[in-house]
Formats: sequence, C-alpha cells, structure tokens
Amino acid sequence: MCVCVCVCVQSGPASLPAEDISTNSNGPKQDSLFDDDPEDLFAEATEEVSLDSPERDVLLSDGPSPAITPITPPCSLITPHIDMFTHCSFDEIEEEEGGDSFDMHISVSDPEKVGDGMNAYMAYKVSTKTSMSLFRSQDFSVKRRFSDFLGLHSKLASKYLHIGYIVPPAPEKSIVGMTKVKVGKEDQSSNEFVEKRRSALERYLMRTVKHPTLLKDPDVLQFLESSELPRAVSTQALSSAGILRMVNKAAEAVNKMTIKMNESDAWFEEKQQHFDNLDLQLRKLHASVESLVCHRRELSVNTALFAKSAAMLGNSEDHTALSRALSQLAEVEEKIDQLHQDQANADFYCFSELLGDYVRLITAVKGVFDHRMKTWQKWQDGQILLQKKREAEAKLQFNNKPEKLQQAKDEMRELEGKVQQGERDFELISKTIRKEVSRFEKERVKDFKTIIIKYLESLVQTQQKQKVKNIIIIIFSISY
Amino acid sequence: MRSVSVDLNHDASLLIDIPDALCERDKVKFTVHTKTTLSSFQKPDFSVPRQHEDFIWLHDTLVETEDYAGLIIPPVPPKPDFESPREKMHKLGEGEATMTKEEYTKMKQELEAEYLAVFKKTVQVHEVFLQRLSSHPILSKDRNFQIFLEYDQDLTVRRKNAKEMFGGFFKNMVKSADEVLISGIKEVDDFFEQEKTFLLDYYSKIKDSTAKAEKMTRSHKNIADDYIHISATLNTLSADDSTANKKHCGGYYMSSFVFLQKVEGRVASDQELKLTELLRYYMRDIQAAKDLLYRRARALVDYENSNKALDKARLKSRDIPQAEEHQKQCLQKFDKLSESGKKELTSFKGRRVVAFRKNLIEMAELEIKHAKLLRTWLAMV
Repeated sequence: MCVCVCVCVQSGPASLPAEDISTNSNGPKQDSLFDDDPEDLFAEATEEVSLDSPERDVLLSDGPSPAITPITPPCSLITPHIDMFTHCSFDEIEEEEGGDSFDMHISVSDPEKVGDGMNAYMAYKVSTKTSMSLFRSQDFSVKRRFSDFLGLHSKLASKYLHIGYIVPPAPEKSIVGMTKVKVGKEDQSSNEFVEKRRSALERYLMRTVKHPTLLKDPDVLQFLESSELPRAVSTQALSSAGILRMVNKAAEAVNKMTIKMNESDAWFEEKQQHFDNLDLQLRKLHASVESLVCHRRELSVNTALFAKSAAMLGNSEDHTALSRALSQLAEVEEKIDQLHQDQANADFYCFSELLGDYVRLITAVKGVFDHRMKTWQKWQDGQILLQKKREAEAKLQFNNKPEKLQQAKDEMRELEGKVQQGERDFELISKTIRKEVSRFEKERVKDFKTIIIKYLESLVQTQQKQKVKNIIIIIFSISY
Repeated sequence: MRSVSVDLNHDASLLIDIPDALCERDKVKFTVHTKTTLSSFQKPDFSVPRQHEDFIWLHDTLVETEDYAGLIIPPVPPKPDFESPREKMHKLGEGEATMTKEEYTKMKQELEAEYLAVFKKTVQVHEVFLQRLSSHPILSKDRNFQIFLEYDQDLTVRRKNAKEMFGGFFKNMVKSADEVLISGIKEVDDFFEQEKTFLLDYYSKIKDSTAKAEKMTRSHKNIADDYIHISATLNTLSADDSTANKKHCGGYYMSSFVFLQKVEGRVASDQELKLTELLRYYMRDIQAAKDLLYRRARALVDYENSNKALDKARLKSRDIPQAEEHQKQCLQKFDKLSESGKKELTSFKGRRVVAFRKNLIEMAELEIKHAKLLRTWLAMV
C-alpha cells in the first residue's frame, strides 16, 4: 500500500526534489490523492447551494429563544417556496446559487484590553474582505468583544436550530482564562489564552459565513458591518455551552418521552447512526491528538533540560576535544527543543483545536436531529388531540347539544389547521436537515483532508530543519 | 551495537561472547560462550548457561579480592528490567476494549519490540562486563573468572557460600562512607587530587544527564504511541466516511501516520542505544572508578593510623616491631594501590573518550539515515 501525499515543498535544501504533484505525469499515481477516487481534493470546487428558505410561519413556532436582545426578522429569507417534497438524492445535488460565488475572508486580530479590573474585556478587530454584493463595501472592519460573538450565536441559534439548520457553535467561555487577563497578568499562559480565543473566534466566523443561509442573515451582516452593536445583556444564557445545554435538555426530554418514532425514512436512521459513530471517533481522535500535544510539549521540556545537563557535563569534562563536542551537542539539542515547541504549537492549532471544533459541531448536528423528533412529536400530539376532539364531537352530535357542537366544530377546525401545519413543519425540517447534512458532510470531509495535509506539511518542515542538527553533529564529531 | 566500550574482545587468546539468551518469565538465562588458546582452560571452545545472579557473584568476589583493590572493577551489569514493558502490557490488556483490533495489534507489536529491546540491552551489558574482564591483563587471570566461564554445573552453591563468607560487608561499607571519606582526605599526590575532584563532579553531572536523556527517550516513545492511536482512529473514520458517502474517501493518510510512528519509534530507540545507554554505562563505570579512589583513601587512612600506632608504640616502648611491620605493610599497600590506580585511571580516561566519540558519530549517522528516510517518503508520489 503506497502512500499518496500531496505536499508542496517550498524552500528545502537543494538535494530535495521539489515536486509539484498536480502536474506529475509519470506512473499511474497521478493527481488522485486517494487510491480510487477520481476527485481531486485540490480542485477548487466551490459548493453553491441554493437559498431554500424556511417559511416565515415557522419562525413563529416555539423554539428555544434565550436571546434577550431584539432579533431582526430575516426578511431576506422570504422567497418563493420551491416544492421539493419529491425524494431526490440530496447527496448528489449541486445547487446553483443565482448570484455571487463565495468570496469572503474574515480575520479576527489585534486583541486589545479595554478597561480595568473585573470590568475589563478584550476587544477584537473583525476585518472583512469580500467582493460579494451582499455587503456595503469590499474591505471593512469593526471592534467586537467576546460577548458580542456569543450574542450573535444565540440569535442565530434561536432562529435556525429548531428548523433544522446546523448553526456553528461559538467558542467556549472560560472564567479562569478571562480572569487572568482581566487581572492583568501579562504572562505566557494568558497570552496563549488570548491567542487561542482569537483563533477560535476567527474560525467561528468563517464557518458561520460559509453557511449560505446564515451569511444572508441580517444579524450576521449587522455583526460584521455596523460600528455599534447593542450589547448582549445576559451572557450566561448566551454562552454556547448554555445553548448546547438547552439542546441536550431537549434531547433528554425527547428520550424520556420514549418516542418510538415511526421512522419511515431510512436515510435519517442511517445518518443518526453515522453521526453517533462520528461523535465517538472524533472524541477519541481529539483525545489522542491532545495527548500528542502534551507529549510533544514534554519532549520539548525534556530536550531543553537535557541540553542544559549536557552543557554542564561538557564543562566538567577535562578532555578538551570531548568537552567541546559535548558543548556543541548541548547547543544543538537546545535548537531542537525550540523545534519541538514549534511543532507542538502546530499540533495544537493545526490539529487539536480544529478537532475540538468538530466535536462541538457534531453535537449541534445531533441537536438538529433531536429537534426534528420534537417537531414530529408535536405533530403527533396534535393528531392525537384532534382524534380526541373528533370523538368528543361525535358524542356531542349524538347527545344533540348544538351550542357546544358549534364550539367543538370550531376548535376542531383550528386543530386541523394546526395539525396540517405540524405536518408541514415536520416535512420542512426533514428536508432542511437533508440538505444541511449533505453540505456539512462535504465540508467536513474536505476540511479533514486539508487539516491533515497541512499538519503533515508542518511535520515535514520540522524534520527538514532537523537535518541541520545532523550536519552539525557530524562536523563536530569528526573534527576531534 | 557493542560500542559502549571499545577495543574489547580483540585478543584471540580469550574471546567471550553471549550468542543467545532465553527469557523465562523474569529470569534470563545467558549462554556464555568462550573461545580460548590459553592452556589454563580445559577446552578451546565451550559454552555454559549463566544467570544474572552468577554475574553478581563474580563481580562481588572480584571486588572483595584484596589484590584487586588497585583496579577499576568493571561495573556489575544491572538486573534485567522488564518492569516497564510488562506494566504497559498490563495497561494494554485493560484498555483492549476501547481499541480497534488493528490498534491493539499494533500496540502489542510495539510492546513486543520494546520487550525485545530490553532483552537485547541486557545481553549487551552482560557481555560487555565479561569482555572488560577478559581484556584486562590482571583480571582475566582471576581464578573465579575462569570458574565462571568454565564450570559446567550450577553456580548456586558457590554463590551461597560466598555470601556467607563476605556477607556483603565490604560493599555496605563502601556505600555509606564513600563520598565523605574521599573528599575529606588530605591528598599529597596532585594526580589523585585532580582525579578526585574531576570524578566526583563528573559523576553527579553524568548521572543528571543520564536521567534527562532517559526522559527524552521516553517522550519520543510516547509520541510514537500517540501516532498509533491517531492512525487507527483516522482509519476508522475514513472507513465510516466511505460507507456513509458511498464513495472511497481514501485512508486519510493513515499510512503517513503509521510511517511517522515508525520513524519516531526508531529515533527513540537509536537515541536510547547511542546516547542514553552510553551515559548510563559510563555513569556506572565512573562509580567503579570512585570505588577505586575510595579503596585507596581507605588505605591511606590505614597508613596514617598505622603511623600513629607506631608513634604510640615507640612512646610506650612496647610492640614496636609489630607496629613497624604493620606500618610497612600499610605503606606498601597504599603505594601499590596508588601505582596501579594511576594506570587504571589514565587508561579509563582514554577508553571513555574513545567510546563517547564512537557513539556520538554513530548517533549522527543514524540521524542522517532517518532524514534520508523522510526524504524518500516525501518524494513518494
């Protein structure tokens, strides 16, 4: 089994063949990165998904609404509803969007401490560069603080989660981390914390705007564009952990009801299983990578300690040439230590954090599935209630009570409307989830491969730097 | 990889090696093979089975022998230590349920390799011990050494007798009084003064370096293990994705991680052999050199005491000839120790420098091999 690796070696030593794999034409292993898959990972295929908008009525149904600040109704979403009740294979559909292709880059930068003491906070600069017509200008930036991001997420979650959209979760709150920053500790761990958060916020925004529906949401646009943003009041409730808790509670409630949902759709059963497996595997992978990061940091520390020890040994050594050699070994090991540290950081940011993001994303996906179940339950409850009312009406008719009969008939009509609505809701959320899952999975598989390639590239670069070490060692050991 | 101590086993008159060994539970049975042209041996080519305890017995008898007080007795090989891989094997067994079959198999293979590495190391270190003896002009002629090599019966009885005779008395004394005595002595000889200062300092430094090198190697091994888990999980993930998306998603470069794991593991074991083992060995050797200094210091104390006793005797005009005789003997002993000690310590330094050089060069060469390996992997398309 041969390894097909696509790596662009930039500035390596002369002896290393710089292979541009995409133009490699010798042998059967060409551009294909996978053994059988004809798709080329690096083909810049931007997925364009249509804006299939949920009906406005759906917004009025009860979903979790923890946001306290006013929500801007997504008027941009009201477009004619295309009838898609026929079962097409959503996995294969590549929908064209009539308009801009996705061209947008957001960066979160320049963390700045504002204020003092416990009321202090970090302000981040959110810069957007885009050519999309959706925005007022092509290059603009605003200042935002962490609770603003949480506020944005909570608004999006309350609008979209319960109708089946996978809303990317916001980064976690961290009381310990933030307190250190507020108190003003300018040490390495608080710097690392700020960097970790900055990076997470950037990824969060990019993920959010990559979602074609969310991108057009006025709250998102306002977040990116307007210089002043109404402050999100109670951030406790707004924390993504809080939202996830709510999602999980909904899931638990669903389970407790012991819903034996008549799953007529094998697709959903299959996908649910798939996401359960994915959840398990991702958590495992994340744990392994965290372990790797930890061990590599240990290696770095141990190498530094060894370097110092070897230097002392070299000083103690009375044979001049050997003493010099040992000192040089110590110097080399010190450089290696730095390399290990850099690699550990790459492990972390390139790999571990991204896996963490995906673990949280999968939880959001599972939440969406649970919302579907809840919707189904509501529909079923409506039907049961309707049935009861019908029986009651029949009884009234039999007992001949005209006023009560009329009232019953009115109630029934209202209920019938609700039941129909419930059915529509259910079908809608099912449809939305199908599309969302298809989009999500495509992104995820693509993302994973990119992550791993980037990671392997970083490893390779470290190894190349290690060659310097070898040459130095050879030189000094020969010279004495 | 017998480069820890160089220039051994070249004298054709007495060639010793350990061609194989058996591992029964925790006990290792070494096959000690001797080829000799010396008439003092009954046969020119023979082998005997020996246990680790036999090596300890041999070392102890050499240490206890007065005549060898002026020599650096090669350090006793450490007991075969399978504790670490055994513990890991136990943990692996407990964690089996959480791993995929492939992952478990790979981890097991790694452990078996570690077991094998410990095994190889212990054989090497026992072999080097014997070869140091065989290449030493005086120690190679030791009667007990010959018995060790030749006696085709179990040495257990002899071992028991020796324990009863000496009771480890001398050894215990050495351990407790060592540092204090050596540093407290008023040294007249410049050479020994320098050696004392150097060895005491160097010992503590090399002990520290050994410990740090061991930690480094341990970290490399941990990283290699992590790669195993990562590659296994990626494999499962990509298999799931292939089924779910109904198309082949490729092995997420799982094989890359497997490769990285192999390289990392190899780096760890090479570093261990060339660097850590080297430091470890010389740490023990320096301890042996310190023991020599101790014995000499003890002899000096004895000599000084005998002088005092002689003075006392002269004062009291009693037992003068005994006191004189005793003093003469002490002086003789001390001089003998000093003379042979000087020779031993000088050759020890040379030996050490050569061994370090050889090992460092070999370590560098191995690093280059790794780098080449990675380059080839890179170029693979």
